[in-house]
Amino acid sequence: MVTLRTKELRRIHLTLDGKPVLARSGQTILDVARENDVYIPTLCYSDKLRPLGTCRMCLVEIEGTAMPVTSCTTPVSEGMVVHTDTANLDNLRRENLKLILTRHPYNCPSCDINGACELQDLVYRYDISHQDMHAYQIKPADFGETPWATPLITYHPRRCILCGRCVSACTEIAEVGVLAYKGRGSDTIIASTEPNEFGRECISCGECLASCPVDALVEANGQPKGKAWETKKVKTICTYCGTGCELILNVSGNKVTHVSPSRGGVNQGALCAKGRFGYDFINHKDRLRSPMIRRDGYWEEVNWDVALDYVADKFAAIKQREGADALAGLSSARCTNEENYLFQKLFRGVLGTNNVDHCARL
Amino acid sequence: MAGLAASFGSGAMTNTIAEIENTDVILVTGSNTTEGHPIIGRRIKRAVERRNAKLIVIDPRKIELVKFAHIWLRPLPGTEVAWINGMIHVILNEGLWAKDYVAKRTEGFEELCEAVASYTPERVEAISGIPAQELTRAARLYAEAPKAMILYAMGITQHSSGTDNVKALANLAMLCGKVGIEGGGLNPLRGQNNVQGACDMGALPNTLPGYQKVTDENVLASFQQAWGTGVRLSNRVGMASTDMTKAILQGTLRGLYIMGENPVMSDANASEARKAFEDIEFLVVQDIFLSETAQLADVVLPAASFAEKDGTFTNTERRVQRVRKAIEPPGQARADWEILADLAQRLAMRLQVNMPAAAGTGQSFGSWSYHDAEAIFNEAARLAPAYAGISYERLEQGGIQWPCPSKYHPGTPILHSQRFARGLGKFFGLEWNPPAEMPDEEYPFYLSTGRIRYHYHTGTMTRRSKGLNRIAPEGRIEINPQDAQPLGIVTGERVRVISRRGSVEARVRLTERSAPGMVFGTFHFSETPINQLTNDALDPVAKIPELKVCAVRVEKIKRAELAALQPAIAEMGVDAC
Ligand code: SF4
Ligand code: SF4
Ligand code: SF4
Ligand code: FES
Repeated sequence: MVTLRTKELRRIHLTLDGKPVLARSGQTILDVARENDVYIPTLCYSDKLRPLGTCRMCLVEIEGTAMPVTSCTTPVSEGMVVHTDTANLDNLRRENLKLILTRHPYNCPSCDINGACELQDLVYRYDISHQDMHAYQIKPADFGETPWATPLITYHPRRCILCGRCVSACTEIAEVGVLAYKGRGSDTIIASTEPNEFGRECISCGECLASCPVDALVEANGQPKGKAWETKKVKTICTYCGTGCELILNVSGNKVTHVSPSRGGVNQGALCAKGRFGYDFINHKDRLRSPMIRRDGYWEEVNWDVALDYVADKFAAIKQREGADALAGLSSARCTNEENYLFQKLFRGVLGTNNVDHCARL
Repeated sequence: MAGLAASFGSGAMTNTIAEIENTDVILVTGSNTTEGHPIIGRRIKRAVERRNAKLIVIDPRKIELVKFAHIWLRPLPGTEVAWINGMIHVILNEGLWAKDYVAKRTEGFEELCEAVASYTPERVEAISGIPAQELTRAARLYAEAPKAMILYAMGITQHSSGTDNVKALANLAMLCGKVGIEGGGLNPLRGQNNVQGACDMGALPNTLPGYQKVTDENVLASFQQAWGTGVRLSNRVGMASTDMTKAILQGTLRGLYIMGENPVMSDANASEARKAFEDIEFLVVQDIFLSETAQLADVVLPAASFAEKDGTFTNTERRVQRVRKAIEPPGQARADWEILADLAQRLAMRLQVNMPAAAGTGQSFGSWSYHDAEAIFNEAARLAPAYAGISYERLEQGGIQWPCPSKYHPGTPILHSQRFARGLGKFFGLEWNPPAEMPDEEYPFYLSTGRIRYHYHTGTMTRRSKGLNRIAPEGRIEINPQDAQPLGIVTGERVRVISRRGSVEARVRLTERSAPGMVFGTFHFSETPINQLTNDALDPVAKIPELKVCAVRVEKIKRAELAALQPAIAEMGVDAC
């Protein structure tokens, strides 16, 4: 929850759909509604970002105010009487959603985030069909290939609903700020500002992609993400640098198909390019699949029994012949604590040497 | 981390990453944070842009953070002790030091005063090239801030004087009373995900789990009893990784087991390392790919990646965190711990080592029949006091920072807050010594190595990521335009970089990031094995090779030679430009 202002906290009383509720100063109507389990549809709102107020899906009525207001940007005030669920609002939101859809193609079945799309959820909820859309007789504007700030991400302007979340994410989460709206009216797209070496420069972190509510920003590796409803999510820790960011591996079948941000961790949900995009080594075809012994210069694939007996024979022989200190082990700063512990236990407790180290020095 | 351990008694980041956003002054040196640790770099930017923290960057390279810095000092490489002594000199001279703190919590103050007396800003300017005034400004800013945090990385430690560099920074931090407070401290940023954990768990030649010394007979006795293998534990300090190459070449080291490392690429003076691994009698490599090192092995064992196993990593701020298995490993590959346990049992049979039957009683950990990673963790936590209060169950609620001595202990975000781990913090009087190899007529440039944001270490993983490899497909040598001009080099051209130990070829990029007189290369790329050039002169204590400074010369590759090279370049899939 990104509150608008947090200077002084006062209690505020308001009425939400006929019920009295208590709020704190600085909260928006949307914040209070969510806290009280009152549903208001949103599209541009993300609780990781400051409210944008661009999609107008979150309209509510305030008694004594002539026009509905966007609840995600309107702070609560004492004595406010708010209605979130009226026939008028329903109608307005539905029309608004149709307007948003005039730009967006209707091809959910072949879309990568089918089943996990915020726009699709709303279209379903408001039951908008092809018929509804034909009434408008609007052909979506035709955009050619549009490059993004980084070659790791492909931008599909036709799918973009111009909510502006990516623009905010690039500034507020990535701390970079290279994205902006470009063009006017139905030609509007999101584009990167001109890069220059010592100005702001895209760092390919993918925060923009992670914040997109639709599938307008796609990983450029061309791999399918797997169906949302068949995807398992596993929270774990990044395998690259010592920061130790928390991330979520999305697994479909026996394949890691995608990395999504977690909500917490030392990284507060943010990730860098390695953490977010550097997962495809996991299912890489070069992965070693079988133990191998080199015989006469050729690799021979063997099973575990053969390989480990061979290693044990050789190590035991060297120890018996020249003593334990003729053996050494290099453990790994990439392996787990458990594995490092066992590794040194093996060398010290079984072989009897302190010749154990890892490459931390490098 | 020997320097930190000597000064404070514990060699780890003293404070937490989150505190970066809650401090007044951040001093970053020897860390290109936005490339090496992007998410920590992001915190620094936030601190500067949203919290009005002041940033001091001290780095020979014009790194990205320089854009955010209030003061940027550009010392010559290898002059760290000199400029740190210089800052201390200024702080003492102007009476800006924390007198109470120094009196109550430290020792060796006189020694420090004596040692820095001759490091006037003017003398430091002559050594390091930092203008005297600028150094003074930086010293004042740091000393006068209520809270100030120092962050450093390999740019400080990868020198033949690395241990001294760290001690010097510790001197500075203690003198100003900035250790043991929130938003302060001296904070090494660890390069690899679990360096901290590997050290904690005793993957070091001189310490058992929990930094207990192998030379301490009481410690040995307790481990001997706990493990119950009947093997006499050695009280001789073992061999450091950097000594192993030499021991192989001398014939004293006959069998080597490497788990998940690629020293042929990462070692300083990599050509010698390669020769050693070709020579050794028996080499086992356990890894997820057939790395450059694995290609030289006698036996290769396929391991599981981090996504295919359970366990824990300990991050740079001492936070123990859970790693969770998401998928099955490919083919016959197995988790490293499963392989080790299996091998241990086979070795025990051959060496007549005891393997007491399954523990259960909790007293003896000799059995190697671990049910899962958690069983191993529990055993390690029993033997490493700082981990004693941590369990998988607690980690479900989030990571815990050690020391965490008991079950209800919340963990320790800030070290040394009441007293130093060694009691009193210790000042060391340090003298600056020039780097082991300085540029001269024949090799006129400094070479410095480092990382770029898109790749990791020797690249075995990131180079196999299509996206990351496309965005940064090759290792470029960075050189200042001033230096490139007389050599007739333009961006994109191929050059040869030559040191006393070897030569590599690569394309160049002209950039102001590199200081005049300095070239920079990364070690992620096997086509450009930059560590063939670097110096393996070691820091005598920490045994860290001097990867950050060595002398090289740069040559343009002639057209005719280039034509001969063309087919090879095409084969590598690098487009000629
Ligand atoms: S990848 Fe990161 S830096 Fe680049 S545009 Fe997206 S959010 Fe901004
Ligand atoms: S690309 Fe996505 S996040 Fe950005 S404006 Fe378009 S729909 Fe919104
Ligand atoms: S996501 Fe990036 S910053 Fe975070 S641990 Fe991974 S590599 Fe490091
Ligand atoms: S959610 Fe409020 S305007 Fe989009």
